[in-house]
Amino acid sequence: MSKSTKSKKSTTKSTASTKPKAKPKKPASTAEESSDKKTTKAETKTTTSAIDKHMEKRFETMREERRLPPKVMTELVTKVSNLGVTKKEFDDICDNVVDSYERSLVEPGEAVGTVAAQSIGEPGTQMTLRTFHYAGVAELSVTQGLPRLIEIVDARNNPSTPTMKIYLDNEIASDRSDARRIARDIEMVLVESVASNVSIDLLRQAIDIRLDPELMEDKGLTVEIVATAIEEKIKGKGEVEPGENVIFVYPANDTLAELQRLSEKIREVRVKGINDVTHVVIRKESDGYILYTEGSNLQDALEVEGVNPHKIYTNNLREIYQVLGIEATRNAIIKEAMSVLNEQGMDVDVRHIILVADMMTADGNIRQIGRHGISGSKNSALARAAFEVTIKHLLGAGIAGTKDPLRGITENVILGQLIPLGTGSIDLLMNPHVPVTQKKTKK
Amino acid sequence: MISGLTTKKIDTIEFGLLSPEDIRKMSIAQIVVADTYDEDGYPIDSGIMDPKLGVIDPGQRCKTCGNRVGNCPGHFGHIELARPIMHEGYAKVIHKVLRAICRECNRVLLSDEEITHFQKLFKRYPEMGQKTANLSNEILKRAAKSKTCPHCEAEQLKLKLEKPTSIYEVGEAGSVRLTPIDVRARLENIEDDDYRLLGINPDAARLEWAILTVLSVPPVTVRPSITLESGVRSEDDLSHKLIDIIRINQRLRENLDAGAPQLIVEDLWELLQYHCTTYFDNGVSGIPPARHRSGRALRTLAQRLKGKEGRFRSNLSGKRVDFSARTVISPDPNLSMNEVGVPDQIAKILTIPQRVTEWNIDEMKDLVIRGPDRHPGCNYLIRTDGRRVDLRFVKDRSIIADTIEPGFIVERHLANGDIVLFNRQPSLHRMSIMAHEVRVMPYRTFRLSLYVCPPYNADFDGDEMNLHVPQSEESRAEARVLMRVQEQILSPRYGGPIIGALQDYISAAFLLTRKSNLLTKDQVNQLLATADYELVLPPPAIKAPVELWTGKQIFSIFIPEGINISFKANICRKCTVCKREDCDYDSYVVVRDGNLVFGVVDEKAFGAGEPDSLFHRIIKENGPTTARIFMDSVGKLLVRLITDRGFSMGLNDVTLPRAASQRIKRILSDADQKVNQLIETYQRGELDPNPGQTLLETLEQRIMATLAEARDSAGAVAGEHLGLENTAVIMAQTGARGSRLNLSQMAAVVGQQAVRGERISRGYVGRTLPHFERGNLGARARGFVTSSYKSGLDPIEYWFHAAGGREGLVDTAVRTSTSGYMQRRLMTALQDLKVETDGTVRTAPGRIVQFRFGDDGVDPSKSDHGRSVNIDIVIEKVLGKTRIE
Repeated sequence: MSKSTKSKKSTTKSTASTKPKAKPKKPASTAEESSDKKTTKAETKTTTSAIDKHMEKRFETMREERRLPPKVMTELVTKVSNLGVTKKEFDDICDNVVDSYERSLVEPGEAVGTVAAQSIGEPGTQMTLRTFHYAGVAELSVTQGLPRLIEIVDARNNPSTPTMKIYLDNEIASDRSDARRIARDIEMVLVESVASNVSIDLLRQAIDIRLDPELMEDKGLTVEIVATAIEEKIKGKGEVEPGENVIFVYPANDTLAELQRLSEKIREVRVKGINDVTHVVIRKESDGYILYTEGSNLQDALEVEGVNPHKIYTNNLREIYQVLGIEATRNAIIKEAMSVLNEQGMDVDVRHIILVADMMTADGNIRQIGRHGISGSKNSALARAAFEVTIKHLLGAGIAGTKDPLRGITENVILGQLIPLGTGSIDLLMNPHVPVTQKKTKK
Repeated sequence: MISGLTTKKIDTIEFGLLSPEDIRKMSIAQIVVADTYDEDGYPIDSGIMDPKLGVIDPGQRCKTCGNRVGNCPGHFGHIELARPIMHEGYAKVIHKVLRAICRECNRVLLSDEEITHFQKLFKRYPEMGQKTANLSNEILKRAAKSKTCPHCEAEQLKLKLEKPTSIYEVGEAGSVRLTPIDVRARLENIEDDDYRLLGINPDAARLEWAILTVLSVPPVTVRPSITLESGVRSEDDLSHKLIDIIRINQRLRENLDAGAPQLIVEDLWELLQYHCTTYFDNGVSGIPPARHRSGRALRTLAQRLKGKEGRFRSNLSGKRVDFSARTVISPDPNLSMNEVGVPDQIAKILTIPQRVTEWNIDEMKDLVIRGPDRHPGCNYLIRTDGRRVDLRFVKDRSIIADTIEPGFIVERHLANGDIVLFNRQPSLHRMSIMAHEVRVMPYRTFRLSLYVCPPYNADFDGDEMNLHVPQSEESRAEARVLMRVQEQILSPRYGGPIIGALQDYISAAFLLTRKSNLLTKDQVNQLLATADYELVLPPPAIKAPVELWTGKQIFSIFIPEGINISFKANICRKCTVCKREDCDYDSYVVVRDGNLVFGVVDEKAFGAGEPDSLFHRIIKENGPTTARIFMDSVGKLLVRLITDRGFSMGLNDVTLPRAASQRIKRILSDADQKVNQLIETYQRGELDPNPGQTLLETLEQRIMATLAEARDSAGAVAGEHLGLENTAVIMAQTGARGSRLNLSQMAAVVGQQAVRGERISRGYVGRTLPHFERGNLGARARGFVTSSYKSGLDPIEYWFHAAGGREGLVDTAVRTSTSGYMQRRLMTALQDLKVETDGTVRTAPGRIVQFRFGDDGVDPSKSDHGRSVNIDIVIEKVLGKTRIE
């Protein structure tokens, strides 16, 4: 994720500055030419330091002009620096790179949206429908393939298999016992899951909770901890009496109905860990121990001590949006969609996915692709009617007296007009020779 | 005519409701008779098929406009409703509005301050780019909350909407139904400014118009009746519904006039409401759909528009076209990838309009003389006065040909070299429609080059494809420049070639370029001649005793100069240490300045969908034309080579020596024993579970692992005995077709059959088939197939194999529909996005989505497998050039 954030930041910067710079391009290129002349003059002296200086200077101007994206720029710098080229060769390389980059730019009018939709949709036919086990972690199953891709573009509120990947603080990253401890802090433990039996003792008018000592040991719990957790939850609705591996709860209002209700409630009481994280798996990877969780709760996980908040990751997009904001969500959509496609061996250019992610997050909220999101909030009533829920949109347009400006694709297809895309986005009228028009009017 | 100047364009469309006056004004006849035709079969005046409403019978003229069928657009009529009727679709809106207005003075239930506040916001919202619809919703919500009217201080009652069309006023004494008359009275009284606040544009639609007093009757052209073969007329569903409405309407009117009791009037009114509701939408929840006599639900107005088969998706978003053809496809390796073979029968029907000029007049005359039945001919002639001459009915075409002068338009047959669009459904990406050059051929199928199979996803098991002939000069130019196959070699999905060699081309290339292959002069001549090579031969690699050329030399002839690339071929064994150029298997490919120096050519070099291949480099360096020529000529050569040599696969290729078969048997029986041991330990309860898994899951996983390993080692044994002389192995290794797994399934063992990723476990109680004991977890009982395809499966194995196969079929069926829907949604969400001249990506109304496409402005189809600049290549090119200097 960090990688993509970086690229986004730098490019937004560059885009901001390229726009105003678009006009004074001419003076910039003449400056380049003059510097070229200088170099040819200086070439007679060829010393290594002179070349280095020249390279430095050229790189500097190229960076300022922002003719190349930063990624290409750094690649160029690293690759050319240790090559030992002459000035002419160096200049040729730079010119070639810039030229080659500029030739690969999108042309105005290009239907990038359509191409992106096709590029993501077409491999969908070849993807699996089944849920597979997470790469490497056999215990966790994570939705993959087409269902997951649909989940991402739908921006679902509750994905079917939310998981987190939690890195530990750097100092304790390679300590297994620390990892164990933090895993225990995270994993949600309910009374139910450490109790061997929760029953109602009618004689004593109490709820009888038998705790399993082995499980308690495993989760690092004591009877007292469980008792206080229960007490906090039921708050004065009853008295809690801890014993040897057993807890009795005497409700304040000892009707049978109340007893039953309370016992249900107590089963669900969280003793330890954070909500929704039902299972934690510890794995050793190259950079230390990493916790994989089943269930996700980013907000609470961030507050757990020993967790590295810079590297924590969840696949629940809504949570990322709520906790980290829209830019992070955009990056998460890209990362998630990309990993689904790569997992299935589909080669899809990131730029298509970036476009989808940007479209979904363009107005500061996550909007799903579909009738409750982007397609449902289109400007044109005709376009909306042609997608889904036809009647509702037509009636709505009628009563509101909507004006359809006919700028989209569907509307113009409906009317049988040229669509404003590609060659259709250019208006070119030719007034042919007068005799020809005369012939036309004759008809 | 060819490129008619279309300067008129629809700029905006305004939506609105028709007022009762509008409906009456545009009506040509009031409809009062609930009947269609009289005994003589003539339409009854003022009936539902009134001749003034338009013509549907051929030969008749319209009573209103005098046009014949096809030219008469049809004319509306109207029905005066005896009592007002609520429009079902607006019931919700009416309810919401009624709640927000006073029941006495009919003003919005907001104080004057609030109103001015909101009116200010109404002006501000569009400037902020916000939708006023949200504001109106807010007003509706807030006004509904107030208990008394701030204007007349009347107390407000609760209003309840009983779906679909009844509104009740809930007072203390009980609830009273508001009749449409009451509702209409309130709505009529609302001021225009108040309507605006409530999100209703009074200039386009006043809400009381949604309480109908007049019903518009659509023209008969909208609801044509069909005459069956028996001569019985069958009316359209809409007509049926209209008849119902008129009948009840007349009854209601008669009863009203006769002063019938309230109860009867109300019943009839209710019935009229029902008929009108189902006339608009026959799928409203809460009321039973109106049915045809046969029991089929009627298809009324809403149903005509809705859904996939509705007007919008099937007639407005998708249109039927002329100048198209469809037939079965078949392969032709002699065609260029740019071409398509068109049957002469089709070429004689599809035409291209060509204007006669003084430069082509002789040619055109010849075409006219040849006429519509001989191929390069012509079907129609359009004279300068616009008259169209059908040449089928011209007796002496030479007379007509003499009258031709510049300015005529000749609709000539499709001929060689014309550009046409070729398409195969499902059109999942833009390469599903590409432009081809026509080659008119005998027989009745479209012929296409095998290179275009991957982009179309076509095979020849009965696939059909469509062909479209662009009719204007502009469209042909666009097709040729933008859509031609060679321009589509690079896929925008990943920036690599999607078109390339496949199957036998790959096998043949391997056979040609492998080290052992040496060719005599005769062979070389033969091969190069088929590839239309007309230059000098390279010097032979071996001069004595006979002149011999290597296959690499021959292949190199077609690689353009200046191509440098090295990569690992598909046959690479993935050794731990790569010996690169010294590879024992000749699998490290090196091309230097267009010469294949080392390595064999296989899928990795020029296969379809292989990025960073030799073919990819050729397109990138030398452009699509060179790449196409390379592919076409190499392809012809390779086909010749493989037909001369012969390439097939038979039983022998998957037959193993007895020793090997026995080893495989041993491996499998060992595995079976291991599985049984695992089951025993499991049954004794001694199996340690894997973390996070139950005992049974652990057992299943271990058994699966054991059996998979057994299958792999059996496959390896088979692999030892199947060398590179084996054609099946050549195909698998070079990537032409099949895989090692397929081979070992044929030769050694088929392996575990799975359903839902698990061993097969369902069927009978506790067992898969009655041939096993209950609870048998053994390999065979759960779908492990120990036979090979060659030896054949026994019935039990066959059963399991079918179960596994069935799952695959179901999976594909489900997948196509879900992924199709996802793609449709992606498409509608993204289709309006376009790159503007300033480089930003914007939606149709001009909202910026990206400042630069993909953050760097690079078109993926112009990128080098995702990279905007391939710096290594640039450096190599520059340094190579200067070093040569």
